[in-house]
Amino acid sequence: MGNTLFDKVWDRHVVKTIPGGPSVFYIDKHFIHEVTSPQAFKGLRDRGLRVFRPAQVVATADHNVPTIHQELPIKEELSRRQVEQLTKNCAEFGIELYGLGHPFQGIVHVIGPELGITQPGMTIVCGDSHTSTHGAFGTIAFGIGTSEVEMVLATQCLMQSKPKLMRINVEGKLNKGVFSKDIILHIISLISASGATGYAVEYAGSAIRDLSMEARMTICNMSIEMGARCGMIAPDETTFAYIKGKKFAPAGEAWNKAVADWKTLCTDDDAVFDKELHINAADIEPMITYGTNPGMGVKITGHIPQLTEIDEREKPSFEKSLHYMGLNPGEVMKGKKVDYVFIGSCTNSRIEDLRKVAAFVKGKKKAPHVEVWVVPGSKQVEKQAIEEGINKVFEEAGFFLRQPGCSACLGMNEDKIPAGKYCISTSNRNFEGRQGPGARTMLASPLTAAAAAITGEVTDVRELI
Amino acid sequence: MSKSINIIKSTAVPISIENIDTDQIIPARFLKATTREGFGKNLFRDWRYERGNDQHPIADFPLNDPTYSGKILVAGKNFGCGSSREHAAWALKDYGFDVVVSSFFADIFKNNALNNFLLPVLITDDFLQQLFDAIYENPKTEIEVNLEEQFIKVVATGASQSFDINHYKKTCLLNGYDDIDYLLNMKSEIEDYEKGRIVYG
Repeated sequence: MGNTLFDKVWDRHVVKTIPGGPSVFYIDKHFIHEVTSPQAFKGLRDRGLRVFRPAQVVATADHNVPTIHQELPIKEELSRRQVEQLTKNCAEFGIELYGLGHPFQGIVHVIGPELGITQPGMTIVCGDSHTSTHGAFGTIAFGIGTSEVEMVLATQCLMQSKPKLMRINVEGKLNKGVFSKDIILHIISLISASGATGYAVEYAGSAIRDLSMEARMTICNMSIEMGARCGMIAPDETTFAYIKGKKFAPAGEAWNKAVADWKTLCTDDDAVFDKELHINAADIEPMITYGTNPGMGVKITGHIPQLTEIDEREKPSFEKSLHYMGLNPGEVMKGKKVDYVFIGSCTNSRIEDLRKVAAFVKGKKKAPHVEVWVVPGSKQVEKQAIEEGINKVFEEAGFFLRQPGCSACLGMNEDKIPAGKYCISTSNRNFEGRQGPGARTMLASPLTAAAAAITGEVTDVRELI
Repeated sequence: MSKSINIIKSTAVPISIENIDTDQIIPARFLKATTREGFGKNLFRDWRYERGNDQHPIADFPLNDPTYSGKILVAGKNFGCGSSREHAAWALKDYGFDVVVSSFFADIFKNNALNNFLLPVLITDDFLQQLFDAIYENPKTEIEVNLEEQFIKVVATGASQSFDINHYKKTCLLNGYDDIDYLLNMKSEIEDYEKGRIVYG
């Protein structure tokens, strides 16, 4: 029996397996940020330990940073202290920091790939659940807690049990107006917010192969939203072309050797998965969520399920969710009024996302009652957007282009959606209070979000393109 | 933080909501601390208090209802989904829980809980429903969780179910060992492994 992509990368990183227990699993790259690392460094100090392989750790400040006036000191005291603590920790332990003001600063899952740090066959961890993003390059990449951050800092290893394996095949051509965000929202709506828990997921099929790297990252990014340990896509020519020439990519002879090896990182024809799903790309439409977990999504032309369609045990949670959202069973989503539009986050804040939105809104104006925030994923994305004149397009449309960070995805800084307001968001979570206490989030693709910004209501973008 | 756990016998707090994500357990705005202590007061902050204001507790939320108390939290399936924030496990432990019982746990939360000696006990949907029924009927119902023997039992009725945990983690929990201690002892094997590592640049 052949091996899967996951098996091949896994096997390369097992230092030792405890019979009947977990493996000592080696980590190639470790990303850290200000929110989930301070207690880990404290742990190292308390134990009198150093960072074992500082050159394999990269730090940035993203979760808790303001997205305006980044050149000024951070106003909010606790946030400022947390960012200062990261700077101090990186200096003390010899870790490269792309902090505020650095040309490489940005959301950790945006900067890893754009700098060429993320490469096929690697294992990558970060104290952030959306680390699954990096799986788009054929890496095993997953989020960890702070105790595990400390373990990796101290030993470059983790104790890991091998997950079960699932393959999701998406075959065929995507319809007009349908993007990778719609693919993943469609999948999660089919299998639920816990449908892949305990599994590593490989995405395959012609519709996935046809996607750009940035679109693939959007899909792997949201693997965690169905509970998956990680999401992966086998590297191919699209992957190699993306990495080539990036700042930390291998060059010269090392590049040729790397590509020859990376080409072997694919699932063998006779490999067997614990579970396999088949999806027809033609069945996917633009998606929107109506509830308070990412599995609660429908086609933009669809309606919220009726109570009769919900399992008896799930009814209390379903009703609680709709009550929070101020929506009713059976309601149609299209035409719902929108107050805010947020285009950003590690899911959809890359240059391609911004380009697509700019191409769509060029010459249009936002609806007067809607507030629109565009938050680029990194300083490099921001710079490129300015060089390409995308900032002008946004300005003319009334969209506010802010500075890089996680921003309103989790509302940890001051970018919060007010209580009771509806926000169409390109981020990854519609949990209660995620974008601010009482905020009501509807997840969608950047184009669906942009369409709502123009019309002021939930809109089928296919009617406008 | 109490290190090592074995038998916990206690009344339980029921929260029969599914898909409780870590943003509910501890909202992001409370993640600005740089130490592990003190998160318990913000546990379930936005479900516990009207508009998050701790002067206005929501009376029927189980943590505010004096009917319910104990070291065991019983919660709906897919507990701990979402963000990897270990602050969720810290908040539960700091509040006074030693065990969380559910019919499904998110992966990252489960690891975080185990790393903090907070025992996640996975049971079937049916047994979970039995527990909720027993607690709602009599909030003084005692539940025993026995790690050594790997079972959970309603003390009064004897209704019980076994639960899984891998042998390595069980040994750690019973004896108060951390993964990091184990890994630090592996240093020379890790260095040996590194000699054969594939690195391109």
